[in-house]
Amino acid sequence: MTQAAPITAGSGTAASAAAPILSIRQVIKRFGQRPVLRGISLDVASGEFLTILGESGSGKTTLLRLIAGFEELDSGEIWMGAERLDRISAHRRQVNTVFQSYAIFPHLSVFENVAYGLRAKNAAKAEIPERVTRALAMVKMGEFAQAAPAKLSGGQQQRVALARALVNRPRVLLLDEPLSALDANLRRQMQVELKSLQREVGITFIFVTHDQEEAMALSDRVALLRAGLLEQVAPPREIYGEPETAYAAQFIGQTNLLRAEVRDGIASAGSIVWRTSDPSGKATYSLRPECIRLLSEFPEPPFAKADVSNARFRGRVRNQAFGGAMDLVEIDCGGANPIRARIANPGILTGEREFEFAADDAVRVRGGEPQ
Amino acid sequence: MYSRAYKAGVTIPPLLWVTVFLLLPYAILFCYSFWSVSSAQVIVHNWNLQNYFQLVRNPIYLEVLLRSMRIAASVTVFALLLGYPLAYYLSFHAAKRKDLLYQLVIIPLWASYLVRGYAWKTILGSDGVLNGFLQYLHITQRPVEFFLYSPFAVIITLTHIYTPFTLLPIYASLEHIPRNLVEASHDLGSSPWSTFRRVILPLSLPGVLAGATFAFVLTLGDFLAPLLVGGPGGIMISNVVVSLFGAAYNWPLGAAISFCMMLLVVSLLLITERLEKRLAVS
Repeated sequence: MTQAAPITAGSGTAASAAAPILSIRQVIKRFGQRPVLRGISLDVASGEFLTILGESGSGKTTLLRLIAGFEELDSGEIWMGAERLDRISAHRRQVNTVFQSYAIFPHLSVFENVAYGLRAKNAAKAEIPERVTRALAMVKMGEFAQAAPAKLSGGQQQRVALARALVNRPRVLLLDEPLSALDANLRRQMQVELKSLQREVGITFIFVTHDQEEAMALSDRVALLRAGLLEQVAPPREIYGEPETAYAAQFIGQTNLLRAEVRDGIASAGSIVWRTSDPSGKATYSLRPECIRLLSEFPEPPFAKADVSNARFRGRVRNQAFGGAMDLVEIDCGGANPIRARIANPGILTGEREFEFAADDAVRVRGGEPQ
Repeated sequence: MYSRAYKAGVTIPPLLWVTVFLLLPYAILFCYSFWSVSSAQVIVHNWNLQNYFQLVRNPIYLEVLLRSMRIAASVTVFALLLGYPLAYYLSFHAAKRKDLLYQLVIIPLWASYLVRGYAWKTILGSDGVLNGFLQYLHITQRPVEFFLYSPFAVIITLTHIYTPFTLLPIYASLEHIPRNLVEASHDLGSSPWSTFRRVILPLSLPGVLAGATFAFVLTLGDFLAPLLVGGPGGIMISNVVVSLFGAAYNWPLGAAISFCMMLLVVSLLLITERLEKRLAVS
């Protein structure tokens, strides 16, 4: 059965949250003997900006291609409303795709590229010019209507691809790493535009990327995919603040993984000790670098073990990278890996220093055993 | 970048080859076309345009030329009709059988032209395979004569011989179509047929044009197939040239026809090259 996916995020209204626009149920896909998707269940709310995030080879593009209809699934179901999507062929699905390499038809003008879907679906001839013009204006490509695609830059082709998909008013828009070919500046600009465009048209976006920063900046929810399985599905803030697994904690943002031994409400990882409500035994904790504070030179009272809510530890500063507002500091506490801390305006640190973090900021995660 | 010696080394030999064995013979041929044959069967160097006038005045030559073009056009059409679907299948649907089928297309090209010509002779002849089969099925009572020694036989034979030449450029152009364009078309709501008509066919036109040019030009200049299976009704323009240079011993007239043919073919190639460039989109 489908997993109960609480829609807590962003722009989805209460009404739309009740009935998902797209429902992916127990989807399995193999390429030959190689399993690519190993049982994916995911509900997508209407009007949501959902990002499928994963490394290359995680199966994220395959999942998108299954929704678009370019691949057939081996088992499972995909529903759009009351319609069984995986049973109908790609050209009959009310989804449109923005391809990674844009896939602009080279033999057609920009105008004809955008009009392609309308003509294919026999839209009324009279309304085609107007709708195409409006779609091109929306992506700021109005003046290029008669241009040949070969004359456009990558960013411009990207906009045409977007207009070509949106003009059909799809119920779901699929975007396959659409920004990956753009340079960093253009990419940031397009991220902003893409987000505001999505709010403007109110269409559900399913966005595939391997870039966690992009995922966090754009999405209402992030579905983190790892080797064909969903690792965690949650709004970006939640996935960052409360990662369920060591993989999620490491993939989204930077983190310190502390392998701790819990005994009677006290967790200890090497010389670092803090209070916890977790049961006794071995456990892995994620501690974000910015949760660590630098204590003043001579703390008072003197260093105390097992403070009530704050954990204190001593370590030698190994490395300090200036980062403008925050410096990245590597602290050697005697463990295998240094602890990384992000500290605001610390000045130049040397020698042994004392640090502190709130016990609540150490989030227990699954997995993360040393490999 | 490269030294002078290197540049000279790679450019001079082929240029020399082309000049001595191609351009020079053409020039000599061109000169011949303005000479004439005396009553004593000797070629005399009195420069005139008589040979060219004769081509226009004598309807026989024009008739044979028109027939040759008709045959060439038929072969082109049949080669396209056979070649395009196979190329399409190879490129889009053959999957694992692709390499094998591709080889099957190529292998006949290794067999001698003559062998393939004679093969058709044994198939189409009055006691050939086709007639034997038809009589065995009692569809015909006696051998059908027009299978062999007719324009029909020439068209069949040359279609068989030149279809691979048509298929290969079409196949190449189909292979060059990015597959995500096909997916994009489906994604935008185009049915497979409409995708073929609006994306695949337009993007493969340069290959179609190249393949058609191959079939047409190669057929137009062919003289072996008419000789083997054409009979008197299947004579083509090259056979006329051959006989003028041979038995008829009228090299000047033969040269004039050859030169006209060359002009025709070169202008055809120039036109199709132009068209291909216009059709080709990066």
